[in-house]
Amino acid sequence: MDALVTYALRLGDDSLVLGQRLSEWCGHAPALEIDLSLANVALDQIGQATHFLALAGALESKGRDADQLAFRRDVMDFTNCLLVEQPNGDFAQTIARQFLFAQYQTLLFAEMARVKDERFAAIAAKALKEVSYHATLASDWVVRLGDGTEESKARMIAGLDWMWRFADELFLMDDVDVAAINAGAGVDKAALTAAWDSRVDAVLVEARLERPPARRAIVGGRSGRHSEHLGHMLSEMQFLQRAYPDAEW
Amino acid sequence: MVTPIAERPRPVSAIGEILARVPDPEIPAVSVLDLGIVRDITETHILITPTYTGCPAAMAIEQSIREALDANGFAHIAIKTTLSPPWTTDWISEQGREKLRAYGIAPPPKGAAAASLKNTQAAECPRCGSTDTEELSRFGSTPCKALWRCRACTEPFDRFKCH
Repeated sequence: MDALVTYALRLGDDSLVLGQRLSEWCGHAPALEIDLSLANVALDQIGQATHFLALAGALESKGRDADQLAFRRDVMDFTNCLLVEQPNGDFAQTIARQFLFAQYQTLLFAEMARVKDERFAAIAAKALKEVSYHATLASDWVVRLGDGTEESKARMIAGLDWMWRFADELFLMDDVDVAAINAGAGVDKAALTAAWDSRVDAVLVEARLERPPARRAIVGGRSGRHSEHLGHMLSEMQFLQRAYPDAEW
Repeated sequence: MVTPIAERPRPVSAIGEILARVPDPEIPAVSVLDLGIVRDITETHILITPTYTGCPAAMAIEQSIREALDANGFAHIAIKTTLSPPWTTDWISEQGREKLRAYGIAPPPKGAAAASLKNTQAAECPRCGSTDTEELSRFGSTPCKALWRCRACTEPFDRFKCH
């Protein structure tokens, strides 16, 4: 598969899977305001996914649109990072995932908005405004929970502990990334780590939380090696199109 | 930026007048022109841009515009969409800002889109005009709004987010 197709797919899959995960909160969040927030972040992510997957389909030129890519691929064909497919857990675990990912997305899209390929740059520039807001939202909650009650602090620590193992994968570079950079569309993700570390650390300090200890990173999402969680999520997300192919309303 | 409609030749100005009467589906007090999502009008097409990538109203907006054009003899005018440059609340017209306020939504401060993502600047209550207000929720009833409360008159209100 062409490297740019894969590159667009990865971006689309990250947003799609996170958007689907967040939308599982709809109607279940601890308070109405949080319900609204998470649903709106989910909506932004699914909007971004629609653009990236449509681009992947157009670059591939096999007649697949964003819906077909979202609903007609099996779990091994998904190229999202493992972080976004992690289960919601409690609210603190969801916020931990959102915090780590939104900081990454903000840095990624700020760079991508300047690449030569206007198709990628346009989506990134548009999405940057949205994910900057997500990063602020998630950071505020990390501080509120981390510097809150004993209970909220313990949950925030546990949430970060769960998600921390999956952060390294965000910055891994492989042949697809290098090819995308050479084609004027990609970003050197490895170069974002220093800025990500300092932003994450600054929020953790404000939240009076220790940075979780470094440990062996878990990777594999980019090549389709996923946790069992993703298959369960897709079985729900893709049910309708699998049971009733081409159903529309 | 879009050239003021009055300075453009017909049928461009006629299309502008039609679009000025097409309401936003989620905030019907303002038109699609007021919101600044119509980026260009020519004799062959109009160019629109979404507010948010996942804006659920995007399809409804395009459909409303299509219906209005068709009903007024402009079925041959194509609707094109673009992402770049990305929409900003700075494109909401002065008239649009007034309409939002009258509708009970605090308009976003102008020229502040890039700098004030945190919305630290207090919103002005659209009901009583007080700036003794606080943010209740970073997100409101639609992606483009946050939920605020006025401490002076105690009424909650929506604030259009800086974007």
